[in-house]
Amino acid sequence: MRATLPWFSRNAIALSAVALSVGVLAACSSSGSSSSSSSSASTNNSASKTPITIGASLSLTGDFSADGTAFQKGYELWAKDVNAAGGILGRQVKLTILNDASSPNQVVTNYQTLINSDHVDLTFGPYSSLLTGPASAVASRNGYAFIEGAGGAPSVFQTPQNEADHNVFDVSLPVADQLMPLVNYIASLPASQRPKTAAYPMTDDPFADPPEQLAIQKLTALGVKNVYEKIYPEEPSQLTSAAGAVAAKNPDMVILGSTDVPTMQSFMKAFETAHYTPKWFLGESGPDQGQAFISAVGANNADGTMVPNGWYPGYNNPASQKMVSEYVAQYGGSAADINADVAEAYSVGQVMDQAIVATGGLDNAKIISYLHSGVTLTTVQGQVKFDSLGENSAAAAFIFQWQGNGTKFVQVLPAGDKASVAIIQKSPWGSS
Amino acid sequence: MAREISLAVVDGILIGGVYALMAVGLTLIFGVLDIINIAQGVLVILGAYLSYSLFTAAHIDVFVGLLVTVPAMFIVGVAIHWAFIRRLRGTERTSMTLLVTYAVALIIEGVLYKIYGANYDQINASYTNSTVHIFGIYIEYIYIYGFILAIALVVGLYALLYRTRFGRSVRATMQDETAARLVGIDVNRVAAVTFGIGIAVTAAGGMVYGATTAFNANSGYDLISRLLAIIILGGMGSIGGALGAAVFMITLESVVTVWYPTWSVAVFYAALVLVLVIRPNGFFGQRAVRAQ
Repeated sequence: MRATLPWFSRNAIALSAVALSVGVLAACSSSGSSSSSSSSASTNNSASKTPITIGASLSLTGDFSADGTAFQKGYELWAKDVNAAGGILGRQVKLTILNDASSPNQVVTNYQTLINSDHVDLTFGPYSSLLTGPASAVASRNGYAFIEGAGGAPSVFQTPQNEADHNVFDVSLPVADQLMPLVNYIASLPASQRPKTAAYPMTDDPFADPPEQLAIQKLTALGVKNVYEKIYPEEPSQLTSAAGAVAAKNPDMVILGSTDVPTMQSFMKAFETAHYTPKWFLGESGPDQGQAFISAVGANNADGTMVPNGWYPGYNNPASQKMVSEYVAQYGGSAADINADVAEAYSVGQVMDQAIVATGGLDNAKIISYLHSGVTLTTVQGQVKFDSLGENSAAAAFIFQWQGNGTKFVQVLPAGDKASVAIIQKSPWGSS
Repeated sequence: MAREISLAVVDGILIGGVYALMAVGLTLIFGVLDIINIAQGVLVILGAYLSYSLFTAAHIDVFVGLLVTVPAMFIVGVAIHWAFIRRLRGTERTSMTLLVTYAVALIIEGVLYKIYGANYDQINASYTNSTVHIFGIYIEYIYIYGFILAIALVVGLYALLYRTRFGRSVRATMQDETAARLVGIDVNRVAAVTFGIGIAVTAAGGMVYGATTAFNANSGYDLISRLLAIIILGGMGSIGGALGAAVFMITLESVVTVWYPTWSVAVFYAALVLVLVIRPNGFFGQRAVRAQ
């Protein structure tokens, strides 16, 4: 006779399946929703011509939503500027932005929709290396140039598709080298002033790991003892434990392989709880998100926190300053509030603009060929020159730091750069 | 290493208390109504945003603010039941609630995005960063308060279900709906109020979560799978079981993180499967609310 499970047990098994399924869904951060928005400026004398349609998928919801919405602002600000100036080749620009909910699966679907259903002329990249990799494969299969600003991990470029088609172009700083200004600075210090110990907690993300590995290799060679090196999943319940484990080692320096603000916030809060303040504290991502970072961690706690990047709101570049003032006029706040993602997105548009003008049209093959011709382009982030795999070999790496009790976001490295100010030690948590 | 492990255990117990606060409403709703409330995670975030708004806009202490947010969430719960749940009937009701509550989650998430944007927020009350030093370990007051609140809620809900006339009518309704109607119980009202209570207690979980973690409208999706796992492990419908399972699961995960962080999620769910193989009814395998 077959034994039947009681009601409770049957439901327990069914619900377990649901829990595991939802867990997988949550891990993918897919809300399954999508929305589209478009922007086009007022009509002018070129209105009779059909607009240039550009499609992008962005993380407007999900784990990367703060970055995704900042990217959206950057794309839309660029489109508004271009259209106000008469468009490109006399044609207005029309953006179609779909929401991928931070899901690597949804981003593939979105680019298939944009290319095969919406038949957009051109594509811009999504946010994060995690999503750029699978998205670029769709663009590659369809012969599209894939200009992006937030997919700098080596894994994005070292794919069979890109090695064959060379269609991916990242206008921002390659992530693998982004910690080198810090490494070089520490190397320049007398041994007595260098940090003695360092911890390297990293999120399980293609963005976080490569620069940390290079930094570990270089700093260990300089005599900085590695006391903690672990990769952890970005689950809220685990960040506190991981941070506690780091604090227990009491290292002089923490280089956190973070991908967003919540990771930074969890570590900073756990450090504060443990009454542990690293003398040097750098997060790979999060502190560059302006007001989004300050509101989550508090201005005083932000003081002394560093982040690598290729742009900051005070960047001494006329185009950048113009974009900053336009951003503030449109969205409010102050320059310090601006997320670096805005500049990355804006730069994507600028590179595409120059490629269209130079090639005289929207032929993706010509655009790819042009961008690989060794030409140097200009953006709000500085110069852009692509190598054979599409990484920006002209990008300069900087380290920025929150100073003035979290009121100023300043460039501190490279130390010899005229725009750099003196680096400060991390101030105690909550101090003012 | 001993210090790291003891830290992990303390973290696990205290964070487990926060997860219990978020899970008790879920287990109550499932145990009593057979509803798998996928919107629970988003409702936690709604509770967090309500506390955040009262704290930042009206400078109301987050614990005092529960006097506002708990009734508000009760109304939200009753409204969700009235608008979406009460119409579901028949043998497919339980599975249909999955879809319906997922839709509710998307609606609430969309509204929260519209109001608060995508940036992360946190409730920064003065005591959220204050600590007490016990046996060489610093513990945040907010976690201690949260843990006490979790125990108080468990005791309160237990008393409500097993020591009140309303609790008897709830259990009678679930044991035999027809018989309950025959003895004069307003079954629809009982279901709506129970759903409302389940959502109301989530306000407390949301408040503590928002005071300990940066959150935005999407943060609820990181929570729901864990909350489901916790109530299954604790024994569905067992309110005390939710507390025990939350503490066990989060402590286990926290200790594993000391050595192998990347394995901690796998261990979390492996523990769930293993326990269900040995004890199909979960840790606290009583047939919970309806069987007593």
